[in-house]
Amino acid sequence: MNVKIRDIIAKTVELPGGVTDLVDTSDLYEAGMTSFGSVQLMLALEEAFDVEFPERMLNRRLFSSIATIRAALEELRSENVGG
Amino acid sequence: MLAKTETATFLDELFDQGLLIDTGVDGLYGRSGLFEAIGDGFQALVTRYGGADDPEVVRFPPAMSRSIFEKSGYMKSFPQLAGTVHCFCGNPADHVSLLQTIEQGGDWTEGQKASEIVLTPAACYPLYPTAAKRGTLPAEGRLFDLMSYCFRHEPSKDPARQQFFRMREFVRMGTPDQVTEFRAAWLERGQAMIGELGLPFMVDVANDPFFGRAGKMLAVNQRDQRLKFELLIAIESEENPTACLSFNYHQDHFGKTFGLTTAGDEVAHTACVGFGHERVILALLKHYGTNVKRWPASVRQSLGI
Repeated sequence: MNVKIRDIIAKTVELPGGVTDLVDTSDLYEAGMTSFGSVQLMLALEEAFDVEFPERMLNRRLFSSIATIRAALEELRSENVGG
Repeated sequence: MLAKTETATFLDELFDQGLLIDTGVDGLYGRSGLFEAIGDGFQALVTRYGGADDPEVVRFPPAMSRSIFEKSGYMKSFPQLAGTVHCFCGNPADHVSLLQTIEQGGDWTEGQKASEIVLTPAACYPLYPTAAKRGTLPAEGRLFDLMSYCFRHEPSKDPARQQFFRMREFVRMGTPDQVTEFRAAWLERGQAMIGELGLPFMVDVANDPFFGRAGKMLAVNQRDQRLKFELLIAIESEENPTACLSFNYHQDHFGKTFGLTTAGDEVAHTACVGFGHERVILALLKHYGTNVKRWPASVRQSLGI
């Protein structure tokens, strides 16, 4: 999943240093992601993973690293299984 | 029948008193001499509070270059508010069919072509590329004093939400420290200024009306980072007071977009304080009533009316 997330970041977010040096916990905002970049990333993740982030998840922290994104996607997935 | 039980709104009262003039379009109003005199008094007060910083005064018409507008990214965030100027660019035959369509009550606007002009959405938008053209900022940065009619397409019966309204702004450009100091100073000054007018207000962290679901996230980001504060005064409702002043830190958004650089060769940061011209006038009229002669002497003195 992390590879797929990384791939989506590479395609949708312009980062001055690219994604190759990022580790899963690297802060994407510190790497140069803008607010609008984070919105584009959110929309791309929804399409790729066929999910819709609920309003409570639409915040800055959630999209700040590969690890936090993964945790959110897993939370959504488990909610869907449960529901 | 309804008219008897319906209570007159504040907008009705403003029309009845001739302070605002109905044009048949919600949010598009004429203003009376008295309305303008109150506004002139308020503008002089703003100058009294901000003039000591010796800002450079610049005035633009209420329209801007379409290409600069496109570059600004406004359509990413507020496509629902933007207004573009379209014009007839056809030949005489097109003119004939245009007139026929109007005569028949059809949609004559279909053939209108976008001009190179877009209506100004906020007074500072035309400024950034103009400032960038002058080259690197001096070490002390720059400070501008702007005022313009602005357009936002949001028809409403709330007189404090007009489609064409005036915005006075001070815009600071420089290092992050310079611009955040400016904003912090104005957060204090703005409260002192409205306090001088005796209007009850509150200051709160705020967000812009970003469009759509993606906009929800932009709004949350903006609040999380405390990039926007508003000074709110009750006008149309006590529960939802109206933002009359706003204090905005754009970080490096405009600096990056328009290539503004500091003396230290870093991307410039910008911040602005905006004064809703009509909103402050309306707040005064709401709070003290439409008979200006009965306003407290101290308020009339502050406004020079």
